[in-house]
Amino acid sequence: MKTALPLVLSGLAAATLSLAAAHGANLNLPKSIEAGSAFSIPSAGSGKGTVYIVGPGEALKREIQLGETTTFDAGSLYNAGHYVVVISGGASADTGSFDVVPASQPANLSFFAKPSRLPVGLQNGITGAVYTFDAYQNLITAPTPVSFELSNPTGATQKRTVTTRGGAAWTEMDSSPQQGVDKFVARAGTITSTRVIGQVPGDPCGISMTARPSGKQIELETAPVRDCSGNAVPDGTIVTFTENYDGAQSTVDVPLKRGIAKVELPAHSGARISVASGVVMGNEIRWGK
Amino acid sequence: MNKGLLLAVVLVAATLALVAIGTVWPVPSAAAYAGGTSLIRSSSTPDAAVENLGDEMRIQAWEKAYSSLANKAQFTEPQFVHDLTGFYSSLRTYATLESFEVQPLRAGTSDAQMQLKLHWSSVVGPFVDTRELHVVKNGSRWEVEWPIVKEPTVPPQVIPVNYLRWDVIYRGSADDWGAQDVEAPHIRIIDMHPVERAEGVVILGEILNEDVVPAYVSVSATLQTKGGAAIETEGSFDKISHILLPKQVTPFFINFPNRTLSEVGSVRMTPLSTLVPASADPIIAIQDEKLTPAPDASVIGQLVNQSGQVVNVAHVLATFYDQGGQVVWVSDQYIDRALLPGTPVPFGIRIPQDLGRKVSTERTVVSTYSSGGAQ
Repeated sequence: MKTALPLVLSGLAAATLSLAAAHGANLNLPKSIEAGSAFSIPSAGSGKGTVYIVGPGEALKREIQLGETTTFDAGSLYNAGHYVVVISGGASADTGSFDVVPASQPANLSFFAKPSRLPVGLQNGITGAVYTFDAYQNLITAPTPVSFELSNPTGATQKRTVTTRGGAAWTEMDSSPQQGVDKFVARAGTITSTRVIGQVPGDPCGISMTARPSGKQIELETAPVRDCSGNAVPDGTIVTFTENYDGAQSTVDVPLKRGIAKVELPAHSGARISVASGVVMGNEIRWGK
Repeated sequence: MNKGLLLAVVLVAATLALVAIGTVWPVPSAAAYAGGTSLIRSSSTPDAAVENLGDEMRIQAWEKAYSSLANKAQFTEPQFVHDLTGFYSSLRTYATLESFEVQPLRAGTSDAQMQLKLHWSSVVGPFVDTRELHVVKNGSRWEVEWPIVKEPTVPPQVIPVNYLRWDVIYRGSADDWGAQDVEAPHIRIIDMHPVERAEGVVILGEILNEDVVPAYVSVSATLQTKGGAAIETEGSFDKISHILLPKQVTPFFINFPNRTLSEVGSVRMTPLSTLVPASADPIIAIQDEKLTPAPDASVIGQLVNQSGQVVNVAHVLATFYDQGGQVVWVSDQYIDRALLPGTPVPFGIRIPQDLGRKVSTERTVVSTYSSGGAQ
């Protein structure tokens, strides 16, 4: 059953096209109409007839009075593409064709913004691509200006205007030096589409640790950990404390909490204590002695 | 046709005869497992007493095993069972005693010292529990004094935990084409090199989560010929810490059995990362970690659960470096007991004998699994 429908449709299309090829185009039709708009088809002759309109994904059939102009309501044809018209009923079939083109004004934008999260201070790190569509989801291939605007919470903005080629426009933007959630807006005509880009701190820019005794333990605490642009490294980032003493070692992976990492390790006189996060090393402390 | 019929008759007759023999004179172990006669011998020697205890443990006859002990007044039967299977759910809870070995250490007329090696089989592989037993003579029987390891108890208390937790809302299936989805975490292989071993080629390395969100990571490697054709692809399976918090580093180990480096032209690495919900808790401290030099090189230490949540299974991964800081080996161990808050649990990871002298430093990471969640 599922295979039968395409076969019938393709058979109808093939028959229509072959008929059109056999008789040539002799209908007085507009060269193109806008998707979804009303249109009319004139016919010649007399008596009853049938008009067939076959195109991509759509086929219309209507009984008509030959010699009159038949009007089709708005929204009858909405898929962009090439349509073939056949009017039968007279001594021979009249044929013609026209194009349904997308509306010139975009009604929808498909906006791809990548990545949704990236470190601060990356040149051309953000890519935005827009595809323009009309109200019937036809890709608007005519050149259309699209403006891109990336704004961060401080109000600083980057703007670009790009004209679509083949229905698509794209641009690149820099990530700002400050962390936060930026708004990335694409606009074509009155239509806008918004994405958010999380700009997150980069690697810690040096880690500074202090130690103080706490009974038989050493209390270790980092200063607030920041990246090289001064942004606070987010909570949850792992900081590794390592204590080496008498050929032994103690290690704890601690997540940052309120910007700092804090841990207690056993106090061993002469111990060397180091701190690191990812591939970034901090200072080293020698305890006692 | 006649020969075939004759063969069929002979086979049927032989089968019936063997079934009859097995029923009338069963082997002792089969009878024991079938619930018939006991496999237990008379405990007339120290060896027999320990072997009887081992057999009872294997068939989980805890009551019989407990009642055969000489020092049962020192602990209850549930404490004895928890010593073997764990009070809190852990690898031991789901392990089965595959076999055991008994070795006499010292024998006297009224007491003896024996070693009992229990070979447990678990979902992550076998583990061995070795106990030294004091066996005493009681009349004509020998009885085992069980060296009970009582599960430590954590005093009632409130431990405030306010570490971060990350939750994720993914893009929905009904979202428009082009709608934004959450970005996969950015991870980076910071070290990788292949090593040839007697058993095959091994790829060792480390992965860093350089993002600000947790990542579920895995890595696979494809060995390629000099012409670029793929030879074989393998993954790290459990030789990696799969959940990486921001800026956390895990080692990985990928094994290609029966391969040689001479047939390999290049290696293609495929790291994968997915954004997953995760928690920064529990935090496991690794204390008193020591590298024991060759021979019998190993790293030993203690795990201390600094959180208030019981960790049911802990997986320790150790990365060993040479003097130049290059990874020379990655090894792991699953801890068979649950990690209770603030209670040290020892671990020990062996280093292959030929690499013992090369190892200069090491780094250890711990993955934990708690019932109701994993990290």
